[in-house]
Amino acid sequence: MKKVINQAEQVVEEMLQGVVLAHPQYVKRVEGFDVIVRANAPVAGKVALVSGGGSGHEPSHGGFVGRGMLDGAVAGAVFTSPTPDQVYEAVKAVDGGKGVLLVIKNYTGDVMNFDMAAEMAEADNIQVAKVVVNDDVAVENSTWTTGRRGIAGTVFVHKIAGAKAETGASLEEVKAVAEKVIANVRSMGMALSPCTVPAAGKPSFTLAEDEVEIGMGIHGEPGTHRESIRSADETAAHLLDKILADIDFTAGDEVAVLINGLGATPLMELYVVNRKVAEILGEKGIQIAKTYVGNYMTSLEMAGFSISLLKLDAELKELLLAPADTPAFVQF
Amino acid sequence: MTLLNNPAIALIGAVADAIVQNKEFLTSLDAAIGDADHGINLSRGAEAVRAKAAASPNADIGALLKATGMTLISTVGGASGPLYGTAFLRAAAPAQGKTALDGETVKLMLAAAIQGIKDRGKATRGEKTMLDALEPAFEAFVQGLEAQKPLVECLEEATEAARQGVEFTKTIIATKGRASYLGERSKGHQDPGATSSTIMLAAITDFCRKAP
Repeated sequence: MKKVINQAEQVVEEMLQGVVLAHPQYVKRVEGFDVIVRANAPVAGKVALVSGGGSGHEPSHGGFVGRGMLDGAVAGAVFTSPTPDQVYEAVKAVDGGKGVLLVIKNYTGDVMNFDMAAEMAEADNIQVAKVVVNDDVAVENSTWTTGRRGIAGTVFVHKIAGAKAETGASLEEVKAVAEKVIANVRSMGMALSPCTVPAAGKPSFTLAEDEVEIGMGIHGEPGTHRESIRSADETAAHLLDKILADIDFTAGDEVAVLINGLGATPLMELYVVNRKVAEILGEKGIQIAKTYVGNYMTSLEMAGFSISLLKLDAELKELLLAPADTPAFVQF
Repeated sequence: MTLLNNPAIALIGAVADAIVQNKEFLTSLDAAIGDADHGINLSRGAEAVRAKAAASPNADIGALLKATGMTLISTVGGASGPLYGTAFLRAAAPAQGKTALDGETVKLMLAAAIQGIKDRGKATRGEKTMLDALEPAFEAFVQGLEAQKPLVECLEEATEAARQGVEFTKTIIATKGRASYLGERSKGHQDPGATSSTIMLAAITDFCRKAP
């Protein structure tokens, strides 16, 4: 393992210190906890959004704390859900009296820990609502699984529900729009190389030189299958096919596109993918209202990318395009 | 079996040692079908639990187990933190105020722990989880108890049943947790949670066998 770290056990703590030092105008630390909140938290009279998950997905989630997106982010150990006491502290620190929406990705550990935190907050008379993001079409959504995974499409939930909360909407309204995003967002990814969790010290899986993993999650967990590497265009088309087959995207629809890097893929390659995605959508008569290309939800130094497509209506479009000002997402 | 305060702390220490010793093994099992952190997470919790127990020399067994459960919940994270944490919290209730345990109490503790895992994980046996080790272990334990076997023997039979449960998890598809996303690809691999449960049970059995 070759990493720019001190001790593996100190990675999350030292990262959080670095985040706060880099962005004091946006965020502050909840002392004694692995929690980052807005510098002006709690914001009175506004529904607050808290998200989080394992560390290693930077800039998710701390990078999206700021006006128009999250109010608080909870950092678990690398690739491990944060514990309920940490989530509970985040909820307490951001509650401005109008309630708190927890944005959870659909992993068993995240769901359980956030559920327990919600129970703790409710016992404190803090109004809490939860949504669970499950955008990954690689995973069969059947009664035989715990549902689909939540991956990069979660960024759209943060953006749109965050914008809704900024309008002064109620907790029910913010939750409803978050659920609308979840119903309309689909993603799928591929990996060219594994990543190494610092505490583990070795890669979480291995791939042959010419092999790629299709449909893996954002924690280095295996995907649906392995295959020989294909061109960027073929790979993009393959992922997009699965996404388009999953929800009714038809000519005339408007969508937002997110080409998300997993940590070690250069922007050059992400743009190459985006070119093909735009071309295919154009052929199908699907309008692109907004495209985002970059590292939004990474998996440490994994090489690869995911494509997310969000089907928009007038409300979602307006909220997507609304301003946001956070360390990792600025839009005017 | 008589477990005075210090032996109870030593027992918790022995279980923690077993988890730490198996850190890499559990993580490698998880890498095959999950996200490669089971051993790392449990070891982090085990170290915290050992420190907590050592700092509570006057606690009764119930109080020790409650502290263990809370410590696991607040240090482990992932799915195993809430699951094992809930299990220890639930097991604490029948042991409240006790400084020694008999077979009947251990039975109540095991039953409560398993119910806690079911409630928290919304899982049942046959889904490639820790329940596939713990439920057969419980049944074997109760059978031994009903046959009026000594407690250590009941525990030995329970551990053996848990080991067979782990073997069974190699033959089935995961339908809970991150391994469920793999579907058929999860077959052939033993479940990390069932394995860690068995390691803990084996450590308890071993400790009691050697206890004076």
